[in-house]
This record gives sequence, C-alpha cells and structure tokens, in this order.
Amino acid sequence: MSKQRLKSELFQALQERYAPDLQLIGEDFQQAVLIEPGRLLEVLAYLKADAAYQLNHLSNLTAVDYKDYYEMVYHLYSLPLKQSLTVKLRCDASLAQVPSVTGLWPSADFQEREVYDLMGITFTGHPQLRRILLPDDFPDHPLRKSYEFNPVEEKG
Amino acid sequence: MPKTQTYTLNMGPQHPSTHGVLQVVMELDGERVVQAIPQMGYLHRGIEKLAESRTYAQFIPYTDRLDYVSSMGNNLGYCQTIEKLLELDIPERAEYLRVIMAELNRIASHLIFMSSVAIDLGATTGMMFGFRDRERILDLFDMACGARLTYSYIRIGGVREDVPPEFMAATRQFLADFPEMLAEYHELLTGNEILYHRLRGSGVISGPRALEIGLTGASLRASGVDYDIRKAEPYGIYDRFDFCVPLGQTGDNWDRYRVRMEEMKESAGIVTQALDALPDGPVMAKVPKVLKPPPGDVYHRIENPRGELGFYVVSDGSVKPYRLHVRRPSFINLQALNEICQGLLIADVVAVLATLDPLMGEVDC
Amino acid sequence: MGKPMQEVTGLFTIATVLRKLLNQYLPNPQWVDMVITLVNIGAIFTLISLSAVVLVYVERKVSAYMQMRVGPNRVGPWGTLQTVADMIKLMSKEDIMPDGADKWLWILAPVLLFIPAAAVYAIFPFDHQAIFADLNIGIFYFIAVSSQATLPFLMAGWASNSKYALVGGMRTVAQMLSYEIPLVFSILGVIMLTGSLRMSDIVAAQQQVWFVAVQPLAFVIFVIAATAESNRAPFDLVESESELVAGPFTEYSGMRWALFFLAEYANLFAASAIGVTLFLGGWQGPWLPGWLWFMLKTALMIFIFMWLRWTFPRPRVDQLMAFGWKVLLPLALVNVLITGIGMQTVKYFR
Repeated sequence: MSKQRLKSELFQALQERYAPDLQLIGEDFQQAVLIEPGRLLEVLAYLKADAAYQLNHLSNLTAVDYKDYYEMVYHLYSLPLKQSLTVKLRCDASLAQVPSVTGLWPSADFQEREVYDLMGITFTGHPQLRRILLPDDFPDHPLRKSYEFNPVEEKG
Repeated sequence: MPKTQTYTLNMGPQHPSTHGVLQVVMELDGERVVQAIPQMGYLHRGIEKLAESRTYAQFIPYTDRLDYVSSMGNNLGYCQTIEKLLELDIPERAEYLRVIMAELNRIASHLIFMSSVAIDLGATTGMMFGFRDRERILDLFDMACGARLTYSYIRIGGVREDVPPEFMAATRQFLADFPEMLAEYHELLTGNEILYHRLRGSGVISGPRALEIGLTGASLRASGVDYDIRKAEPYGIYDRFDFCVPLGQTGDNWDRYRVRMEEMKESAGIVTQALDALPDGPVMAKVPKVLKPPPGDVYHRIENPRGELGFYVVSDGSVKPYRLHVRRPSFINLQALNEICQGLLIADVVAVLATLDPLMGEVDC
Repeated sequence: MGKPMQEVTGLFTIATVLRKLLNQYLPNPQWVDMVITLVNIGAIFTLISLSAVVLVYVERKVSAYMQMRVGPNRVGPWGTLQTVADMIKLMSKEDIMPDGADKWLWILAPVLLFIPAAAVYAIFPFDHQAIFADLNIGIFYFIAVSSQATLPFLMAGWASNSKYALVGGMRTVAQMLSYEIPLVFSILGVIMLTGSLRMSDIVAAQQQVWFVAVQPLAFVIFVIAATAESNRAPFDLVESESELVAGPFTEYSGMRWALFFLAEYANLFAASAIGVTLFLGGWQGPWLPGWLWFMLKTALMIFIFMWLRWTFPRPRVDQLMAFGWKVLLPLALVNVLITGIGMQTVKYFR
C-alpha cells in the first residue's frame, strides 16, 4: 500500500503552501501531514478540490487520546489519482474541540458522531452532534485514557 | 381541506427484517417515508476499548465478531495491518490460502445478502436456497479451521495451519457446482418479475453522491463508481489475479443486487486461480512469541464483502495496541439510508436495508 | 343395472339412509329435518376446523419439501400431530391485550372474521344434492359474505393501538376492495354461460366440459384475485412480515391469534372450493363418489395456492393496486366481452 502514497513533491508543495501551519511527520507508510486546527477546513478543501490531489474520498476519521492532547486522524484517498494521504490534527485536551468536516465530506457525519460519543471531542459546525452508539445519558467518553470503568450496581 | 399529519414508526430493534438490532425511526406520511433515521448501539460491545487491554494476537478473535458473516475478511484486514506495522513477510502459500478463504467468505457473505433480500421481499424459498449453499462453504471452513462462523484462521504472519488434503478436492467440487447454483438463483429470484419490479428503480443514489456520503463496496459500485480496493490499491497478492469489477449504472436496489450476484461469480474465479497457483511451503512466517511492534501508527484497508474495512492501529511499542480503530463499512454505509429512503414506501425501506446490507455486529462494533 | 358405486356412496344417499333411519325413531318429520340440519351444521364446522388443522400441517410439509427441509416430523407419525400440539400451546398461552386497545373491537375482530369465513360453507355443493342451502343467488351470496371479511381486519388494525396493525388494516381494505372487483368479473363469465347464480346449476352446466376450458382467462384471474382476497402470499401485504411484523395480528396472541389463522385457512379452503365449483366441474367426475372428487380437486387448488405462496416474492402495495386496477380488471372486462360475443356467435350458428 505504501506505493499508493502521495508523491514526495506533492508533500513538499503542500508544506510550502501552508507553512508554518502544516508540517510533515513520519516516514514511509506512516507519513502524514500535521495541520493547525485553525486551517484544517481550508487545507482539506484545497486537497479535495485541487487537480493534483483530488482526495475525494474520506476513508476514515478517528481520534487518538495522547493524554495531554487529542490527535484527529483523517485518511483521505483519491479515486481518480489513486493516492492517499493521512492528515493529522492536534487539539488541546482541555479544549477538545475541532471543526467538523461534514461540509466537505458528508460521510464524516457518523464518524464524527462516533468520535464525539466515545472520545468526547466536540465538532463545531456538525449538523446534529448526538451520541450514536452509547445511550444519550451515558456519563463519560469511554475511549479516553482517563476513563475508569465503574460498573453500576444492578438494582434488585 | 382535511388536515394531515405525519407519524413516527419505530422499526426495530425487534423487527423481522432489520438484520439484527437496528432501529430505524421513520417519519411517515401515510405509507410514504418522510425520513428514516437509523439508531444503533444496541450491540455495542466496546471492541475498540477492549483492544487496548488485549495483546495484538489476542485481538484476532474480536475481529471475527465484527462482521460475523465474513470473519475471514476481518481476520485478513487486521492481520495485514499488524504485519504492515511489523514489516513481516508472509509465506507464499499462506498468501494464497488467505485469498482462497477471503473470496470463499465473500461468496458466503453475498449468499447471505441474497437470502436476506429474498426473505425481506417475502420469497422464503429463495432464502433457503442461499443458506443451503452457504452451508457448503461453511463446511469447507470447518475442514480448514474447525469453526463455522468465527474462524480466527488468518493469523499475524500467515494462517493458523495448513488446509487438510481433502479441502482441495472439496473446494474444487464446490466451484464446479457453483455455476449451477447461480443459475438456480437466477431462475428463482433474478428472473422473477415481482422481484425485478420491487427492486428496479427504487432506492436510487447517484455515483458522486454515494461517494460523498461514504458508501463503499458493492453499494458504491452499483452506482457506477469503479472503486474496488482489490484493484485500486491491491493488498496481499490480489494484483496477481485476473478478475473484473462488476459495476451498476443507476444505483438502485436492483443494481445493488445484481452487482453482488456478479461478484460471487468473480470471487469463484479468483478462488479457482488461487487453487491452481497454490504453491507448497510453510504457512506461517517466523513471528516472535511476543509481538511488540515499533511505536507508530498504521492504517490499512481491504475490500470486505460489505465495503471498505479499515484498521487504524497506534502502537506505543508495548505488547498491546495503544489505540485501535476500525473503519466499519456497514456503519458508514448506513448514513445513506435516510437519504435513499426519503419519498419511498415502507416496503422499500426494507428493500433498501436489504440491499445496503448492513450487519449490526459491524455497525455497533 | 343397479345403481353405480358412485351414487351408493354419495352424500345424498347417505343422508337419505339417515333420514329413513330417523323416521323410524322420531315421531315428527319436522324433528327429522331439524336433526338432519344439525348434522349438516356439525359436519360443516368439523370440516372447517379439521381442514385448518390439516392444512396447516400440509402447508408446512409442502413448504418444507419446496425448501429442501423435512418439516414437522416429531409429534405423532410423520409429525401429523404437530398442529394439534401447536393448538394446545396456543390455548395455554397468555391472552395479552395491548394498552390503550379498543377493548370491544379488539375482542370482536377475530370472531367476526371467522363468521363470514364459516358462513360461505353453506353454499358449497360437496356432492350431488349435498348442499346445505342451494340458494338461487348462491354465488352472489358467496361474494357478499366473503367481502365482509374486510371489516374485521380494519377493526383489528384500528383496535390494536399499534401503527403496524393500523397500516396493515388500511392495506387490507384497499387490497380486498380492489381485488373484489376483478374476482366478481371473472366469475361473471361463468354466470353468463350458465345463466344462473345457483351453485347446483353451475355444477350441472359443466357436465360436458369444465369451464376452465371455456374460460381459461377467467380462471387465471380468479386464482390471482382469490389469492389476494384470502391474503395469502405473494399478496399477503396485510401481514407482510418483513415490513409490518404481522399487520393487524401483531398485537394478538394465543387463541385470538389462532382464530385469525383458522379463518385464513377456512378462507383458503373456501376459495379453492369455489374455484373447483366454478371452473373445475365441481363434484363431477367418473368412478369415484362426488364428494371425493370435490375434495381431490379442492386439494389440487389448495396445492396451487401453496405453490404460489412458496415461490413468489411479495409485490409492493402500490404495485399490487396498479396490477389489480390496470391489469386484472381490464382483463376481466375483456373476458366478459369475449364471452358475450362467443355466446352470440354460437347462438347465431345454431
């Protein structure tokens, strides 16, 4: 799959265009771009529309809890050009808020709701940010590393 | 002027045709659907959280329980993800066996699809035919790994064990019989006028819209988008096989049905090619007893019967994954339900659900 | 030459023997009439309940063999007592009434459904002169009474306080009203040929040739419309398990639910019996006694209905309506027209 990665000159071009808000991280199949939250939508819109990238398919959207910050991960894929790109974004643990990409990819709807549900990250601009897997009155966000499992005593 | 108002109908979680514990909250105007909102979570087991307290190898049985009618595909997706992280080389024979199993499982899964379309449209006999023939594939898997549903056959570094000698003959026999079975389905179901009129022209979604809303797999290809990961981004040894990707034109229920029926034929072709080319040799790479992948993250996706199955694994260098996320095709495909169903009749919602083919084990994870 | 075997074992002969026997013991001929009537009623009810028990078993066996299964095979020899066991189970089940149900309508619906299903048995010519009430408007009576079955479905659907049931009830009304009309028009062709609404006349008119040969189109329309009338798959939109769970029956349990099924199978038998009488020559046939011919032909019709049920998927409600109004009804009208022209032509050449 590594052969399907974005060409290195395209990476460079991206970095030059959005520096200093965008930096390249990782190597080989772990190569990704890290974006400042403020410019996320702008960069993604460019990646989706620009002829050299055409990343029109949001394959995966998820979040990782690194204790002091959350990392949002977007896996983009281009059907016409057969190339993929990983976009990452770090947001402060105390804030836990990132812009929603549902405007660009409606397919992000359920995935963002899932992240909100399990990880507790709020997506600004999401049309209906509700819990999706857990009950509406569930107290916490279980995929957070700080989550403690407290089994509720069965009544009865 | 009489006053009319819409009403809400909860379809599920206990309902004969919601494919498990899916709840669809429908707003209806008479029998016409104003909106159909899927509600899930009734089968949520927290598999992603569980993964964080299991070793890499221990997680394989959990993948069986995601899309439990195509467990081989799930095993394959997960194991290849970890292998990518470990940069392992897989023995040739194991690669071929993986393809055989994954494609047989695709046929089995599509047979379930066909059966559920049949039963959701009221053709009970069609359902029985699908299940009868799926049984033969399950027998093959039983021969290979002793399990009929949750195989855990594909392991990190290869497959659990070599297939017994009789497996080959039995698989070839199945492949020889398969065209006859397909002809039977086409006679009983595909050629049926009522089925045709039930499926044709209802539940339409255009190609670009299907892609935007995140449909993948056969449901996307039914809308005419040529996107099969086996072709677009070949994983394992899929680039060695000669097969075509069936495409639909209009993206209606009928196309979603036809594409899957055609895919079964293609899968049978792949299995034949793999059986012919199957080399001798070991079926397991040298894998350390304790797996400690280097720190980093990896995303890998495969073409499962229900669409694009992706695994995102973050390793911190310990024996357990730091974070594991599964991109479940059924879950994301369900987003299309509301949009497709608007303006259709109740009976069409059932047909759309059947042709979108979500599986609740995977939706709820 | 003595009487042929056929007549000796005929139902009419049996009734005559019984009547003679009773005349010896009962003082008044009116009493004899009353006893005979009671025996008739008893026989019809036995037939209805027995046919339901047998048909459920047969249906399960037929469907099983169509689907490469074995079907019931545990209770009794070859599973023949399975339905009996099911009945006992149903009787012992709790009778649940949903919250907010319209109590009286809810209780009445299954009972009212059963009454028309049973009442139509009065006009079936089981054998030569073996007909409970040989009305001069026999077939008209059948149409009138059997269409009463629409109302209880709506009652059940409305009273259950469940949306599935309500939608199912609404569908029933639409479906049964639509298919009543092609059904009647398909029968009209037969009536034109016989010139009588009396069941015994219709059977007698088929002495030379069965009407299925003269009226093949009407027969096909009749089978389709009768399937829809008796709410059987592929036209079981009322129940439509995969959409409406069980339609009007959703909230019913135990014996009340069983009554719905009793009525369904009574209707199936009735539709087949009418089909036999109108198109397949009724009880007429060589060698065997008439009532046996009647039963054999009815069994054949029932098998055709089952065959249809276990082969076809279910159409959508709008397609069903469109098919009824746009295809079946014009066809039935064309059939009436052709019959009329044919009759006039034959008359002209004679």
